[in-house]
Amino acid sequence: MGEELKVIVFGLGHEEYGIEVDKVRTIERLSPITRVPKTPSFIKGVINLRGIVVPVIDLRGRFGLGETEPTENSRIIVVAAGELEVGFIVDAANDVIDIDTDTIDSPPEIVGGIKAKYLRGIARLGDSRLLIMLNLSEVLNKNEIIQLEQLEV
Amino acid sequence: MDMNAYLSMFIDESNDHLQALNENLLQLEGAPEDLTIVQSIFRSAHTLKGMSATMGYEDLASLTHEMENVLDLVRNSKLKMDSFIFDTLFKGLDALEAMVQDIVGGGTGKADVTALVAVLQSIFKGDYKSNAAVAASAPAAAAPAANKPAAKGLLDEFQTSILQQSIESGHLAYHITVSINEDCVLKAARAYMVFDLLERTGEIVKSDPSVQDLEQEKFDRSFVVFTISKLAQEDLQQQITSISEIETATVTLLDEESLQLLHVTEAAPVQEAAPAETKAEPSADSAKNEASSQVSSARSQTAASSAPAAVSRTIRVDIDRLDTLMNLFSEMLIDRVRLEQLASEIKRSDLTETVEHMARVSSDLQNIVLKLRMVPVDTVFNRFPRMIRDLAKSLDKKIDLVITGADTELDRTVIDEIGDPLVHLLRNSVDHGIETIDKRIAAGKPETGTIHLRAFHSGNNVFIEVEEDGNGINRDRVLQIAIKNGVVTEAQAKSLTNDEIHMLIFAAGFSTADKISDISGRGVGLDVVRSKITSLGGNVTVESALGKGTKFSVQLPLTLSIISAMLIKLGSEKYAIPLSSIVETAIIKREQVLEVHGNKMIEFRNSVIPLISLSRVLESPDYSERDEAETEIVVIRKGDKWAAITVDEFIGQSEIVLKSLGKYLTNIEAVSGATILGDGQVALIIDPNALIK
Repeated sequence: MGEELKVIVFGLGHEEYGIEVDKVRTIERLSPITRVPKTPSFIKGVINLRGIVVPVIDLRGRFGLGETEPTENSRIIVVAAGELEVGFIVDAANDVIDIDTDTIDSPPEIVGGIKAKYLRGIARLGDSRLLIMLNLSEVLNKNEIIQLEQLEV
Repeated sequence: MDMNAYLSMFIDESNDHLQALNENLLQLEGAPEDLTIVQSIFRSAHTLKGMSATMGYEDLASLTHEMENVLDLVRNSKLKMDSFIFDTLFKGLDALEAMVQDIVGGGTGKADVTALVAVLQSIFKGDYKSNAAVAASAPAAAAPAANKPAAKGLLDEFQTSILQQSIESGHLAYHITVSINEDCVLKAARAYMVFDLLERTGEIVKSDPSVQDLEQEKFDRSFVVFTISKLAQEDLQQQITSISEIETATVTLLDEESLQLLHVTEAAPVQEAAPAETKAEPSADSAKNEASSQVSSARSQTAASSAPAAVSRTIRVDIDRLDTLMNLFSEMLIDRVRLEQLASEIKRSDLTETVEHMARVSSDLQNIVLKLRMVPVDTVFNRFPRMIRDLAKSLDKKIDLVITGADTELDRTVIDEIGDPLVHLLRNSVDHGIETIDKRIAAGKPETGTIHLRAFHSGNNVFIEVEEDGNGINRDRVLQIAIKNGVVTEAQAKSLTNDEIHMLIFAAGFSTADKISDISGRGVGLDVVRSKITSLGGNVTVESALGKGTKFSVQLPLTLSIISAMLIKLGSEKYAIPLSSIVETAIIKREQVLEVHGNKMIEFRNSVIPLISLSRVLESPDYSERDEAETEIVVIRKGDKWAAITVDEFIGQSEIVLKSLGKYLTNIEAVSGATILGDGQVALIIDPNALIK
């Protein structure tokens, strides 16, 4: 029996993803986003989070899943990793659950089109439910942003 | 007792006292005869000693103690200040400062002070001078004279403050004169009985003659005691006189006024001591002259006032709390604007009135919150007189530092950052600017050079100027070196104006000093100065006339947290442009746009300036000035370069709160930060400096 881990479950496309609860600052409804010029297209801009300016990333765009129009269920999950504070636009934030760290398997090479290095692992919940655990530091890796920018040029 | 709770208080207060010591010592150096300065130095040293002893920092306490001893002699005119003593005291201060810094850094505050203590002790004993034998007799000769008290100059500072505190806290303080019968055999025993009685009922603060002298019967018939007692005046008198062989006992209740009198008359014995001192003077003088003959003095004067500043009542607040207050307040400002909008929609007069009142109160509040963060530049300037003095001494130059406008206020964040660049500029002025004494005399200048350090407000900026009457910048040498170091090419050099050449000294890797000295000249100074000041949103310029002097002028924003800005629209997006870099706004017709080498230019105030399309720079999704026959422009400036940028629409001028974009978004081109508008939306702040190449 491994340790209990509390995770926030959110939806992106047809998959369910998880982020450790202690990394999550807050979950907000979509608010107007101010575009920031000359940034990669997945960086949607900045929002006003109670007086603090927070950048917002479209996770679909970040993972190359094809962006969609936001819906009633869309949420911004504001996470904090190290000194970075960033909001993720997700299709829906559903649940908070406890998982056993033993049930997390290392990820296969590609999951739903997302490179394995962005993932911490895959947790099995019950029989058919899979939860993809994100590797926050890789998702927020700035070096990759710079590489992406160079590719675009 | 948990000392940690007191540690921060101790550190703060120690720093204050050290600063006061530094300033007063410098003042005293300019006026060595002024004993009131010695008094205040002594007070600071004494408090510092007490505090550090309480906190258990023994090295700190013992060094202060020795300094205090020396000061005590000076205070009582038993010792005359000379440059050796000044230097030793300054060294002592440096050591104290180092120890306090160590404590700040979590250390134990321990340091080897034995050498300094020994020097101080030798000063105290008076045998530090080569011809010690004669000189040593000076304090000795002066001692008896000073010991004979005139009037009631009996209490020292410490005793006075004890008595004062006990009076304030409601205890009874007495001045008692006791006379013993003439035919008494055991005077010491009687005195002991009086002391015993007083100690049972209270506490003895001071006796004259001292307890030792009384015990050895070294007194005539009467003695004086200052005591704090629980007993009433009559009771005390009655109990003392009931001791046998006591002739009379005069008990006087002390109040604060009489204490003041006792304290003031303290100057009297000093006067008496003076003649005794002069006898020993000639011998002491010869030694002194030797020591001070080749020493250059750096007098410094704070032009504002030489009188001690009125003590203002303050409390210390953590800067983080002020930042939080600021953040909370800016959120409230946003809500205020929302409320105003709602009120104008609902149109109920009582609601409107309330909202209007709130608006007035909150703008007052805004002023106060902003002022809270403002600190006088004096907090940075106050360490410079000492620095200049030491530098001048080590370089054998004579320099006056004249500070004006030390009360000019700047945002705390700017203050924290501006110290180092100013140190660089001042060191540069002392080292490269002011000439040596010989050269100054040869050039027909007064041998003492002057450095003016000025601070003043101008609009939304604060200017700090460092101006000296030294050698000025040698234009040709600057060019030579700049070409040699590859800062400019020879071809470029020909077309440079004088001012542009002077600005070359700020280039990286530039140093005109022939010799590399400790003080400056490593070729990093001015380069660092400029980048630091630019990062603070400021600007530094230099003016110089060969042979006459150089002036560095630093322009700084008043605050880093709130600025005035022009809000503009580009289609659906809003942006802010800092007002400080806007020259003017205008509307131009399409025909007025000229094409030069494929670049768009316009004519403005008799010169042709580039026209920059903001919508293109910012990749605006829904606006382009190309569709318009008339365009609004904002003319911006960077130094003396101008440019016009096209915008869609002006919204208006507004005070905006600066916010950073966070660590994730850094180095966004042409954007220096963000702000939150009244409707809660984020607007980006344009960086005009990035638009002008």
